[in-house]
Amino acid sequence: MKVIAKRPDSLTDVQFTYCPGCLHGVAHRIIAEAMDELDMRNNTMGVAPVGCSVFAYKFFDCDMAEAAHGRAPAVATGMKRARPDMHVFTYQGDGDLAAIGTAEIVHAANRGEKMTVFFVNNAIYGMTGGQMAPTTLPGMKTTTSPYGRNTDDIGFPIRVCEMLNTFVAPYYIERVSLLTPQDILKAKKAVKKAMQYNKENRGFTFIELISTCPTNWGIDPIESLTWAKENMLPFFKVQNFRDKGAEAGK
Amino acid sequence: MSEKVLMKGNEAVAEAAIRAGCRLYFAYPITPQSELIEYMAKMLPKVKGTFVQAESEVAAINMVYGAAGCGKRVMTSSSSPGISLKMEGISYLAGANLPSVIINVQRGGPGLGDIQPAQGDYFQATKGGGHGDYRLIVLAPNSVQEFADMASEAFDLADKYRIPVMILSDGLLGQMMEPVSFKPTLTAEEIAEKEKIHLDWCMRPNEDEPNHHHHEINSLEIDPNVLETHVLDLEKKYKLITENEIKFEEYNINDDNQIVCVAYGTASRIVKSAIDQLSEKGINVGLIRPINVWPYPSNAIKNVLHKKVKKVITFELNLGQMVEDVRLAVNGQIPVEFLGKVGGLVFSPDEVIKKIEDNL
Repeated sequence: MKVIAKRPDSLTDVQFTYCPGCLHGVAHRIIAEAMDELDMRNNTMGVAPVGCSVFAYKFFDCDMAEAAHGRAPAVATGMKRARPDMHVFTYQGDGDLAAIGTAEIVHAANRGEKMTVFFVNNAIYGMTGGQMAPTTLPGMKTTTSPYGRNTDDIGFPIRVCEMLNTFVAPYYIERVSLLTPQDILKAKKAVKKAMQYNKENRGFTFIELISTCPTNWGIDPIESLTWAKENMLPFFKVQNFRDKGAEAGK
Repeated sequence: MSEKVLMKGNEAVAEAAIRAGCRLYFAYPITPQSELIEYMAKMLPKVKGTFVQAESEVAAINMVYGAAGCGKRVMTSSSSPGISLKMEGISYLAGANLPSVIINVQRGGPGLGDIQPAQGDYFQATKGGGHGDYRLIVLAPNSVQEFADMASEAFDLADKYRIPVMILSDGLLGQMMEPVSFKPTLTAEEIAEKEKIHLDWCMRPNEDEPNHHHHEINSLEIDPNVLETHVLDLEKKYKLITENEIKFEEYNINDDNQIVCVAYGTASRIVKSAIDQLSEKGINVGLIRPINVWPYPSNAIKNVLHKKVKKVITFELNLGQMVEDVRLAVNGQIPVEFLGKVGGLVFSPDEVIKKIEDNL
């Protein structure tokens, strides 16, 4: 019998804690597939964040550390410096990475830490029940912006890839989308490229994954995909910002 | 031990930490501990160690968390305001059972305070400071030699109990130069041997497939029943530490003491001078000096409460923090007096003598 689909070895068989229609499962899967295909699982350590993916340490079947809110890039720095022979990634949401953990991501990127950061951006705090995130869109309603994000009062969403792209050290920065099957295939390629660079200790690699939150957006999963395409992608453009590996190959 | 050299406490403890196998150090500059971070920046690369100047105290302690999760001897240091910032990470280290060493070269507070020696962080160090039920082992040196000796002791205790260990020093001990001799430097093989005890839980490469492991470094237990078990397990560890790791010095303790003093760290040095001077006048005063301030040597204090001792007097460079532990130990049997000095000032032997004579 030919196996045509199976759970990646780099995922445990622990049941996900994500809501129906959530794209964390897709993000987990493509990262795990990349680890399998690159044969990295036995030499990789991951860092889970605080947020909906707080239990990611149970889901990825490699060594995992659970970090304090926002601190994953600092924890990962300590891990990589302690075990330069291993490969380190963090998995973080928008509140974790772009609000409370801004200093940590900025400086890990600026030091060019040899790690991969997966940044899942769905423009809202999921775990705590739908509060405004640093990436919440102008006018978007959340439980802490009940009248819509007022940019005069609280400013505009932060474009993290663009910000990190101002630094000299990062090796690879790309924003991808998880909103269509085609997008997911492209996202997988970017994820795998980042992990390949990670395996080769090339430098700091960063993948932003545009995602949804049907539960806290208050719309169904299919509609969420449409809403994200129409509202998130114009502001958070899917784009390769930097690929020093491709430049070197020219 | 090496030949004696004249060194500042901050540099001596850094040198001793490297000799004890510390090859990973993450910190942020702050006075009066800057010589420590500078020494590490200069010397760690020479032994193929890793020094990272972190973007903040918060990042530094989380780098410690990551490296400790890999079972390596790792250290950070700071002074009072920076230690406050580290408290989040220290709670996580304690919750995740991670061995690590944290040095606090205390200065005056609260807030920015000043940059002079103080002992205002006793509560923070010994009673928590971060959130949740946890303890640190807290070592309190009173000389440059002891400060240096505590580096290897701290790493050994951290490894033995899988616990963060704090060395609670102060600006005087950090800045002061005294003769100090060092233990021999551990070889790479000796360091690896010491770190071996962590292999069954730490993050490290997987062996071949049959030995595949999935190690988690974590303080999160969402099920209250599981968290209860975890916290009670921590408590068992703290009880074991309390049984095994109490350490104190008795100075001029005898059956004819009229007064017994309690002081630790810098304050204890001044109290010793005062005791010597009082002795020349025929006044018999003893000192209990806690060397480890957690676990606390309560029994050492109880044991000197014989008939001739009229009072216990606690001396601290704060408004009265350790004195609460002294009162718990004395338990109302005799009066407990207190003399404190704050603002980064240090009391003179004469002030201590006056306090003692006023209580005779």
